[in-house]
Amino acid sequence: MSAPLLEVGHLAKRFGGIVATDDLSFAIPPGELHALIGPNGAGKTTLIAQLSGSIFADSGAIRFAGADITRLPMQKRSHIGLARSFQITSLFLDMSVIDNVALAVQAHAGHSFSFWRNARSEAALREPALAALRRVGLEGRAERLTASLSHGEHRLLELAMALAGQPRLLLLDEPMAGLGPEESARMVGMLRALKRDYTILLVEHDMEAVFALADRISVLVYGRIIATGSPDDIRANAQVREAYLGDAEAGHA
Amino acid sequence: MPPLTFRNIIVALLLIALALLPVYAQLAGDRFALTLFTRIVIMALAAVSLNLILGFGGMMSFGHAVYLGIGGYAVGMLAKEGVYSGFVQWPVAILASALFALVIGALSLRTRGVYFIMITLAFAQMAYYVFAGIARYGGDDGLTIYKRSQFVEALNLSNKVQFYYVCLVILFAAIYVVYRLVNSRFGMVLQGVRSNEVRMRAVGFPTYRYKLIAFVIAGVLCGLSGALLANQADFVSPSVMYWTRSGDLIIMVVLGGMGTVAGPVMGAIALLVLEEVLSGITEYWQIILGPLLLLVVLFARGGIDGLLATLGERFTARRPS
Repeated sequence: MSAPLLEVGHLAKRFGGIVATDDLSFAIPPGELHALIGPNGAGKTTLIAQLSGSIFADSGAIRFAGADITRLPMQKRSHIGLARSFQITSLFLDMSVIDNVALAVQAHAGHSFSFWRNARSEAALREPALAALRRVGLEGRAERLTASLSHGEHRLLELAMALAGQPRLLLLDEPMAGLGPEESARMVGMLRALKRDYTILLVEHDMEAVFALADRISVLVYGRIIATGSPDDIRANAQVREAYLGDAEAGHA
Repeated sequence: MPPLTFRNIIVALLLIALALLPVYAQLAGDRFALTLFTRIVIMALAAVSLNLILGFGGMMSFGHAVYLGIGGYAVGMLAKEGVYSGFVQWPVAILASALFALVIGALSLRTRGVYFIMITLAFAQMAYYVFAGIARYGGDDGLTIYKRSQFVEALNLSNKVQFYYVCLVILFAAIYVVYRLVNSRFGMVLQGVRSNEVRMRAVGFPTYRYKLIAFVIAGVLCGLSGALLANQADFVSPSVMYWTRSGDLIIMVVLGGMGTVAGPVMGAIALLVLEEVLSGITEYWQIILGPLLLLVVLFARGGIDGLLATLGERFTARRPS
């Protein structure tokens, strides 16, 4: 087995008396789509935040491609190939769709102390941006104002921005959040295509999507991983059924 | 080349009118118009500089007039010490403004929101009181400048028409510089920060240094405006950096249209002409100006520039009946 791309060891984070991440360890080998599921408040978003560097762990270590990145600030993680999509849509709403993606490309194209040349006519920024938009099927919307797009399109744009940095690991925080059934299906199709080219850590509530897409699944409850395994293993795991899946089914009934 | 929209045509006409103003003043014998518009052009330059950080960068600086004072005092203090050469005065004004902006920006840009507003305001007020306390340079009463900046034999800034054109050329150059800046990679970063700074950092931009550089560029442009203002008034006093002056600059930017290249120029013209006209009607002209500004903020969010753009759309989108 090849060395893991992402390796988390004994990670812990507490907010006052609340333990959000509790001695958490797992590893993702290159090429895997690893799903992270768990009930609300299990610490999924806190974990993503620690992986992307928007908050730091209290103890433990995060290794990415062999390097210790536990204390690396957010913008530097993005440069070494960790891209995060946001659970709550976080876009540049008053800019055009392609400007959004072009900014993501620009972030990875060295410094931006270029004061004179028109950035909107730089092929080095525009072409990769357009390619990322094409990949998620938004090329027809390129010149539209971002605020005018639908919620589903915003989710796709999030994905395009994550792709624009040519990441080695995609951290996708609930890409299906708030999508209708049709849009969800479109997103699942998109992720299935992406998983051929990218290593992905997917945090998602939509069980159907998770079981359809994931190579392996980890179940997070109260900041701990209670089980990791293939979709079939997880489905058969009694502990998981009790802690989570039963809950979810009851909740959806 | 910008597209030929209704808005752009109006802006172009406005710039041409500014260029022809001395001709009108000569023909109509209206010397006051020239004085008024020299002042307007200088203040427009200050508004253009504020717009770079406020309109494009989303940095609500409430102390921008401080650079009017720094630039002005650079000219005034050097003149008082017998240095009249503009080749010395103006670079000193620019360097001093850059240095001030660097210090103010380095500290204040670590905060945001209301705190940023308060800190920039506090710095400007501090400078105000410091200059009001320097007795050698007039203190509270200000400093009279007996000779305008001197460049070469052919250029005489005491000549009203020549001085007007110097100001206008600098304003046009500043507009062009801002236009290039905001469309460059640097400008895209700036606008990204205005739109969503958290996302900018997540995507990998160290936003602080970009904001700081924009802050310094804006300070330099405004400092230049201060040097011009001191020459125009033949006088500089601490009152040019009083907080109400910073407020005037914000009003010009908002009135003209935040985050548009030509908006602040229209805002400066509108505010100063209104001020002139209204104060001729009544002593309490601010009672009229206040509600007028309220209407613009409430009903014309994009300011005059936004209004022109909307009007243009109405004209072109008029349906065949």
